Amino acid sequence: MSLNPDPDTADRLLDAHAAAEVKGRSLWQDARTRFMRNRAAVAGLVALIAVCIFAFFGGFLAQYEPDYVDFALIGSNATQGVPSLETGHYFGTDSSGRDLYARTVQGTRISLLVGIVGAAVAVVVGTLYGAIAGYAGGRTDGAMMRTVDILMSVPYMFVLILMLVIFGRSILMLFIGIGLISWLDMSRIARGQTLTIKGKEFVEAAHATGVRPLTIILRHIVPNLLGLVIVYATLLVPQMIITESFISFLGLGIQEPNTSLGALISNGASNMQYGVIWQLAFPLFFFVVTLFAFFFVGDGLRDALDPKDR
Amino acid sequence: MLNYVLRRVAVAIPTLLLLIVISFALMYAAPGGPFNSERPLPAQVMANIEARYGLDQPYWKQMFDYVWNVVVHFDFGPSFQYRDRTVNDVIAQGFPVTLTYGFWSFIVALVVGVSLGAAAAIRHNSWLDYLAVGISIGAQVLPNFVMAPILVLVFTLWLGWLPGGGWQGGQIEYVILPVIALSTSYMASIARITRSSMLEVLNAGFIRTARAKGLPTSRIILRHALKPTMLPVLSYLGPAFVGMITGSVIIDVFFSTGGIGQFFVNSAFNRDYSVIMGITILVGVLTVLFNLVVDLLYAWIDPKIRY
Repeated sequence: MSLNPDPDTADRLLDAHAAAEVKGRSLWQDARTRFMRNRAAVAGLVALIAVCIFAFFGGFLAQYEPDYVDFALIGSNATQGVPSLETGHYFGTDSSGRDLYARTVQGTRISLLVGIVGAAVAVVVGTLYGAIAGYAGGRTDGAMMRTVDILMSVPYMFVLILMLVIFGRSILMLFIGIGLISWLDMSRIARGQTLTIKGKEFVEAAHATGVRPLTIILRHIVPNLLGLVIVYATLLVPQMIITESFISFLGLGIQEPNTSLGALISNGASNMQYGVIWQLAFPLFFFVVTLFAFFFVGDGLRDALDPKDR
Repeated sequence: MLNYVLRRVAVAIPTLLLLIVISFALMYAAPGGPFNSERPLPAQVMANIEARYGLDQPYWKQMFDYVWNVVVHFDFGPSFQYRDRTVNDVIAQGFPVTLTYGFWSFIVALVVGVSLGAAAAIRHNSWLDYLAVGISIGAQVLPNFVMAPILVLVFTLWLGWLPGGGWQGGQIEYVILPVIALSTSYMASIARITRSSMLEVLNAGFIRTARAKGLPTSRIILRHALKPTMLPVLSYLGPAFVGMITGSVIIDVFFSTGGIGQFFVNSAFNRDYSVIMGITILVGVLTVLFNLVVDLLYAWIDPKIRY
């Protein structure tokens, strides 16, 4: 083989090089291609967008306010409150004669909000806690992660209910409580990832140029955790929705006149023997679709973004 | 080994103390006392009641007394709502019920989950495998408070096979629906974990060696593959236990089984702080003990863990 490649090969190599430059893909573009190839994830994303449109704009289609009580329907729900397009009660009415369509829109919206806000609180607290513990290392790390271990063995649902009883049952308390108990997993994941990032050259370079530790964590480590954080945030939202629905199912969460999917399912479940199956079916449908959508999108994002799973 | 046990116990004790102290502090921070009502009581009556429940003592004394009674005498004090009952009475009445269906749910989730997952892994890419994967994906969105109404709708209202609530001293037909409702989502998770774990184990070198030696498949699975497969399952049992004991609240409320969950929720509505605290602490103790047992089992099964 000669040392000088023939001109054709050289040209081709140059062409390939140029093409590679034009087609250079970032990590995020790469991830998007992989995500789009995953059919379940794309279907989940479409379902999720549909649910969001329903939750935030579905109210414009409602013929009744969610808290409007049709006194004529109370007691004759099974015959008069049937879902129909003519009466304007698309999903029928609930046991108090309120329009179930408007209620479901409201419930889905609140469930989504609780899920997203709860996950956001958990992600911010957990990521910072984990990144600080991982970056600090040594004894600080040990003490911080032992604390997480101890908190993990606390039966959080009982403590959350205890807090709701003591500080009053408000949406704000629910947001704070759910967020505060669910950052533990996130902190462990963030810490693990921080440990690997910590040894990279760019962190060392920042350290050598005299950047303060807190700035290194916020500027250099947290942005590199972003992919992982997005994946687990997406998987955390359905968990939060389940937690909130659990508490609302017991009647301890969202209070009237507000409602959530859990509260609606609870109402539907307690009335199902009276032949008003739609009171259970519609909220349950939206609950299941929302959870499925989030799980599929989360799985798809994990496949696309999590470097471990390739 | 003994050293490891002692170290684990040494972590468990402060955890429990912390839980008790936090519950007490939360209760103390609550606005209004349990005996504040719309019609104010005469000052002397109030003072007598507070003396009866020790509420006139200073904060530290109250906390110390509470912790001391719980730790030394297992006495959670009197209920604030039911004058003739103590928290211990409430627990003694409700706990056996919760324990009964909780135990069976746990067994069902573990046995069915592991069998399904193992079968799916052994028959990889067969209809059985797809069924198992389908079930475990579907059951993610069917937590206990969704399963319970669906089960009652189908088996009680439509088919009329099983009663939709009550306990009747734990007769079998009253236990079935609570057990299914409580165990389904955990069964699915255990099946998923077992499947992926077993697939990994079956590809390992020592299984190939066993095959090459000419051992029958049943023996390879039972003697060689099962034990390493169980390690990830074992570490999931801790969270599963917490989930089930939390789910028992839903089961108790929905099926009116009369377990501690029902008392817990009633107390939450009545602000019966001592009962809520007592049950929270009891559940915390159980959780910590269970995690301890799981950790010890893990250390015993996995030869790679050194103390």
